Amino acid sequence: MTASRLDLDRIIDDPRTRIIVCCGSGGVGKTTTAAALGLRAAERGRQACVLTVDPARRLAQSMGLTSLDNTPRQVDGVHQDSGGSLHAMMLDMKRTFDEIVEAHADPDRAAQILANPFYQSLSSSFAGTQEYMAMEKLGQLRHADEWDLIVVDTPPSRSALDFLDAPQRLGRFLDGRLIRLLTGPAKVGMSFMGVLNAGFSMMTSALTKILGAQVLKDAQTFVTALDTMFGGFRERAESTYRLLQAPGTAFLVIAAPEPDALREASYFVERLDAERMPLAGLILNRVHTSPASRLSAARSLAASETLDSHNEAPGTGSASAGDVDGSDSRLIAAAALRLHAERMQLGKREGRLAEHFTSAHPAVPVAEVPAQPEDVHDLSGLRVIGELLCADPGAS
Amino acid sequence: MSTDTDWDGVRLHVVTGKGGTGKTTVAAALALALATPERRVLLIEVEGRQGVARLFDCPPLPYAERKVGIGLGTGSRSGQGGDVYALAVDPEGALLDYLAMFYNMRRAGSALTKLGVVDFATTIAPGLSDVLVTGKATEATRRRTGGKESPHVYHCVVMDAPPTGRIGRFLNVSTEVSDLARVGPVKTHADTVAKVIRSPQTAVHFVTTLEEMPVQETLDGLTELRELTGGTIAPGAVVVNMARPTVLAPDALAAAASGSLDLAALAAGLKAAGLGDDDHLAADLATELKEHSVQVAMQDRAREELRKAGRPQYELPMLTDGIDLAGLYQLAAALRKQGAA
Repeated sequence: MTASRLDLDRIIDDPRTRIIVCCGSGGVGKTTTAAALGLRAAERGRQACVLTVDPARRLAQSMGLTSLDNTPRQVDGVHQDSGGSLHAMMLDMKRTFDEIVEAHADPDRAAQILANPFYQSLSSSFAGTQEYMAMEKLGQLRHADEWDLIVVDTPPSRSALDFLDAPQRLGRFLDGRLIRLLTGPAKVGMSFMGVLNAGFSMMTSALTKILGAQVLKDAQTFVTALDTMFGGFRERAESTYRLLQAPGTAFLVIAAPEPDALREASYFVERLDAERMPLAGLILNRVHTSPASRLSAARSLAASETLDSHNEAPGTGSASAGDVDGSDSRLIAAAALRLHAERMQLGKREGRLAEHFTSAHPAVPVAEVPAQPEDVHDLSGLRVIGELLCADPGAS
Repeated sequence: MSTDTDWDGVRLHVVTGKGGTGKTTVAAALALALATPERRVLLIEVEGRQGVARLFDCPPLPYAERKVGIGLGTGSRSGQGGDVYALAVDPEGALLDYLAMFYNMRRAGSALTKLGVVDFATTIAPGLSDVLVTGKATEATRRRTGGKESPHVYHCVVMDAPPTGRIGRFLNVSTEVSDLARVGPVKTHADTVAKVIRSPQTAVHFVTTLEEMPVQETLDGLTELRELTGGTIAPGAVVVNMARPTVLAPDALAAAASGSLDLAALAAGLKAAGLGDDDHLAADLATELKEHSVQVAMQDRAREELRKAGRPQYELPMLTDGIDLAGLYQLAAALRKQGAA
């Protein structure tokens, strides 16, 4: 089964596309893809902004920048003939969170929250908060309306689903009964506990036992502060969610032709479908192709073995100078053929994996990007990736 | 037979790496390599991906120690290796375990789970769930068959840990927790865990491929580990995974790289191999050789860069057919041969 071709130029050229979300498991080239798409869109006339959330500063590296911060910066060296521009930023998770606190609380209360140990742990840890803040920042950038296309690279989550779940999960907690429980005793006293589920009192005693009374108190203070400050985290999370479901958003699932990455991609496709998120297609990075695909792995390997047997038996020829050259050429040809066989084998295996994905998800268009011999670390490299992403399928 | 390895005395091997570098595969291969005859090894997975079960071709692992395979043998005379057990640790299971083990409070634990306290802990204070997970690993490392002087249940434990970007915090449990809880039982527990992690019994291995970004993350990860923990957590080896072999002699490689490869010679060689009827084949294969030479040069630069870390460096080949059980043993043998186990 052949997948339909994902037409990325159509997506980035369509002025109705306002947000592109790149998701997928770690190490599949999400950041590079996001940067390449942002650059291509900018050079085709869009006012594009790339938002990355990676603490390893990968986008900075691949865009040849030494540093990025929490405000989008214009990227130099972008061709501006079409009137487009490119900005890029790397999310500073803690800074974003601090800014929300500072914007929503009076100075005293803000200072109190910023100093709370739970706040510090929450705002600087990588799990959950990062996803939440990425969505928060995305909302802010979209709202600012300075860019007509925002390309987001999602965090390298523990699980692919964190990215969709975390904002709601955080919202759920800060609205939920656990919070009422944590904030409750301070307000209503322990006598009220008997009325509640028997598990509750057991739980508080367990929590006190494990964490100690001071920790529980810190948690209560923190949660109460956040609760009063935001007036409904859930509402916020839901508006982000609706932004993602809107028709102006295009989700791209990124994968490499490896079993784990494609399994994760399948998972993502199903999940996005279940959440009615607008999936545009799958990008398969680092696919091994060959300019000599007409020569199969088996034939190539057999031919190299033929040459090996010639080379192992040098006595079979005459000892003229020409024969010395002949053995050299056989050596290099044998090496080239072995290399080609390996490449074809790899390509074949990858093709099978991709087919497997497509038979499970026949409606998902796919764009394949051939493996590059070298890492991308500058704009011209990103430009090449952009061309490959959008290449006419008939061309290769 | 006992040979010296680079990690004699290390009983908790923590394996980290950037996403996509094959961290789980390397952890599994290391477990097989460490399980020499009579030596039982435990492989712990902490991220809930069930990658270990897939590698060993067995049903999803529960929160229980299950035998998943037999270690790599030591040659014709000594026979087969020791048992390899595996365990998937999730924060929830670890919390229940912790409550049952230290407080005899399994029922309260279930109530906590039902109320979403574990979810709460991972959201509000990930340091707490990390200490539960690492706590399970250190408990398995310290566990003995009987009294104080009895042998350890596991000769060693291999942990498939979170990726490089999170490893410093993940292992720095006692500091992460003491920011939240200065005193109390969790703090005490974290200190016990930290004692094992910071002892010479623990080493943290970094898995990377020979590409720029994974290499950079490896070097950054090593630096972060040193800085976050004040050098108290011992860095282990750098394991290069999925290295592509070089098929050309150095001079041919240089020629391919500069584009001065003798096309006529290549064509003549192809003709000798019976592939003389395709006029463009030599040029197309030369293109592949050129790309290969670029890749080899990149790999060499990456190796050089990694050596700056000054860690023992092992190299595992790319397996073109993907990783199956046979491939895993092949990698285990390569690790053992290079002194990793």
